[in-house]
Amino acid sequence: MTANMKKNTLSVDVSRRRFVIGSATAAAGFAVGISLPLGAIQADSTPDANEEINAWVVVNEDNTVIVRVARSEMGQGTLTGLVQLVAEELGCDWSKVSWEFPSPGQSLARKRPWGSFSTGGSRGIRDSHQYVREGGAVARELLIAAAAQTWNVPPAECTADNSLINHLPSGKSTTFGSVARLAATLEAPTEVTLKDPADWTIVGKPMPRLDTADKVTGALRYGADVKLPGMLHAAIHACPVHGGKRVGFDADVARSMSGVRHVLAVSDDAVAVVADSWWQAKQALAAVKIDWDTGENGKVDSDSITAILKKGLDANDAFVGNSRGETLNVLKDADTVVSSEYSYPFQNHAPMEPMNATVIWTEKSCEAWVPTQNGEAALETLADAAGLFRDNCEVHKLILGGGFGRRANHDFLVQAAQIAKQIPGTPIKLLWSREEDQLRGVYHPITRSRLTAKLNDEGLPEALHIRISGQSILHALRPPLGEPKIDEAVFQALAPEGDHAFIYGIEHFLADHAMRNTHLRPWFWRGVNINQNVFYVESFLDELAMKTGTDPLDYRRKLLRDSPEALAVLERAASNAGWGRTLPPGTGLGLALCKAFGSYVAACAEVSVVDGKLHMKKIWAATDPGYAVNPQQIAAQVSGSFVYGLSAALYAELTVKDGRVEQENFNSYPSMKIAQMPEVETDVMPSGGFWGGVGEPTIAVGAPAVLNAIYAATGVRIRDLPMKDQLSV
Amino acid sequence: MPKLSINGETVDVDVDPSTPLLWVLRDHLDMTGTKYGCGIAQCGACTIHVDGVATRCCVLPVSAATGKKITTIEGLSANGDHPVQRAWVELDTPQCGYCQPGMIMAAAALLSETPQPTDSDIDQRITNICRCGTFARVRQGIHRAAELATEVKA
Repeated sequence: MTANMKKNTLSVDVSRRRFVIGSATAAAGFAVGISLPLGAIQADSTPDANEEINAWVVVNEDNTVIVRVARSEMGQGTLTGLVQLVAEELGCDWSKVSWEFPSPGQSLARKRPWGSFSTGGSRGIRDSHQYVREGGAVARELLIAAAAQTWNVPPAECTADNSLINHLPSGKSTTFGSVARLAATLEAPTEVTLKDPADWTIVGKPMPRLDTADKVTGALRYGADVKLPGMLHAAIHACPVHGGKRVGFDADVARSMSGVRHVLAVSDDAVAVVADSWWQAKQALAAVKIDWDTGENGKVDSDSITAILKKGLDANDAFVGNSRGETLNVLKDADTVVSSEYSYPFQNHAPMEPMNATVIWTEKSCEAWVPTQNGEAALETLADAAGLFRDNCEVHKLILGGGFGRRANHDFLVQAAQIAKQIPGTPIKLLWSREEDQLRGVYHPITRSRLTAKLNDEGLPEALHIRISGQSILHALRPPLGEPKIDEAVFQALAPEGDHAFIYGIEHFLADHAMRNTHLRPWFWRGVNINQNVFYVESFLDELAMKTGTDPLDYRRKLLRDSPEALAVLERAASNAGWGRTLPPGTGLGLALCKAFGSYVAACAEVSVVDGKLHMKKIWAATDPGYAVNPQQIAAQVSGSFVYGLSAALYAELTVKDGRVEQENFNSYPSMKIAQMPEVETDVMPSGGFWGGVGEPTIAVGAPAVLNAIYAATGVRIRDLPMKDQLSV
Repeated sequence: MPKLSINGETVDVDVDPSTPLLWVLRDHLDMTGTKYGCGIAQCGACTIHVDGVATRCCVLPVSAATGKKITTIEGLSANGDHPVQRAWVELDTPQCGYCQPGMIMAAAALLSETPQPTDSDIDQRITNICRCGTFARVRQGIHRAAELATEVKA
């Protein structure tokens, strides 16, 4: 491996069985054999000998262990959680564990031993826990078999614990490292037994993150920090009206500017400047005069989109996502119904690290360094854009400076490849400006909703109709000329069953969707469609409770008789918050809950509104993810979810004028700061028996909990997000 | 040709004097711990110390930094053991980590001026954006760093 590292060629050896110890930063330089300044983990520290026990586990002679993780790490902590799952089954000493990313090319060459690389939908752990744990267990059995063979004893008499193999009858003991070489030659068992959760010593514990050290010294190299010998820097500007085309451009001034090497047409809608430094590229790009054809899209604005969505609320035809009973008939025959309308705007992901990719293209091969949420999809995209076979391409994954869904879309990688292809043999780092990130985002879908209910004698909804009007992410992903068909994801948290089941027991219930798409591209945004759906439902239930003079907690209790897990998190959040206590004037408590991504989450917010100014004092959160792999990281995710979700609810709105987004940077698209963040107390209450996600569900309950608390404090009901237009935030 | 004093070393750089210091650090000197986030001094990812003062260097022309003492995250401590860094490790403060060099530099500057900051001091002085939402541990980390700094002195 050391030799491989020093080899200064561009060949990609995807067949090699061993990778490099350490972190993603270390992996960054490898396939092309370029030694980056790597911070804490230096190439020379790589042990001379290590053995791959199986795809998941490498044991070094010094008894340290490397666990391979295919999913991406973007701050959510999945990396540490997945290593915990492997390490638990392996029976290794946690202090001896490090990690590495296998590359998508290696996965391809080895027939996908690590399964999916896709990192979204809070799936990192809930979709892979089984095979990841099996990977650790197989490695354990191989190490045990090797020790048993050495001692000439039955493997069943041996155990693995704390990176030692022990033979109980004789008291013999040996290290993982000393039997690793033999273990690597043995045939893997086809069946393994996983540990009983009751016996876990690493899983379920608040293990420190494995990726912290380099993050506090500045040593960690993100995609934006990649540097390769001879690399040039690219800045890009694509048509700010999505769907618009480049007609022509005048680059005479730009080409004469300092450091500028190339001014290039990219795809049919962008111009890039390639220069010695990114600042030079950006300055020159501003001097390029570009003519756009924005077509019909250039005539769209926020008002015209709102008008289309409002019509959708009354449309006769809609896709039905959940229907039980005779909802429309019951509502039609009712003497009185209660109805409210809500709206949810376009939002951008705005991860702190702007989009970027570094690509080197030759006629024979193409390599890219990509902060991506899906390494395999990135490899596919790269090969397509490079015009090469996948086998001749490689993607090097890096730790992401935030993802939130944005980095599951590889539009920036296509651009980087297209630029690199025009400058063969030269590494090109494309970095988007923050403005480009805002204008060329793929956004949280815009929707409006009308909820209509008939109340029974108890004041509870006998019938409830939720009409959603707005964009479909899945439609945007389908072939462009296809007929619209139902987008099941629109009904997250409203579904008949499963990970996004609607939790409330209402006899007549209808959720339907009038699909109304716009030219602004919709995309998966942390929480996806639960964000608006839970805001709609939890706000409306609060309205119904208030209208009937019922305590909002009691009101929900009556509707949750068949959802004990949901009721449990609600009760816990409310109880921790001291629900029912006397509050000063201008102060209120608000509740919200949902089932999403397989987990049950609830929030109780305390706010005060004084002279029209909102102060979010505290949020009590409760989460039942079934199994809690790392409670500390879950608490971090829950706490951070309120920052991300409430930043959106307070401030985030993209408005459209002449077809383009108006908010170009954080000055017009603000994000919560430390002074605004409420105190958060998180109760992680794993009930066991299922594996739910934790990265996203809590995003959805922050806004409605705060809005319901605002109502309790002031009697003012906010039905349109963001809040900033309606009170001082 | 600007001459800069960065982390105790004198460096010559051949750049246009209007170039923001951020890009001199990142592209010319390959000191990439200081991050680009917005380019308009809104997010704080590029926070460094200029003569000890927390400064967002994405809008600081390199010409304005000559003759001043510049400290970046790489130079905050010799071994990554500044009290803020130690507190950050202890509490596992970072999530994605991209904003954290700037956050740490802002926190270190605050502590150098106000060794025992109140929550209100933190609210006023720490205005960096973190999209992961690490603020609770940032606040806790600043208080912890204040304690650690005292222990070092004692």
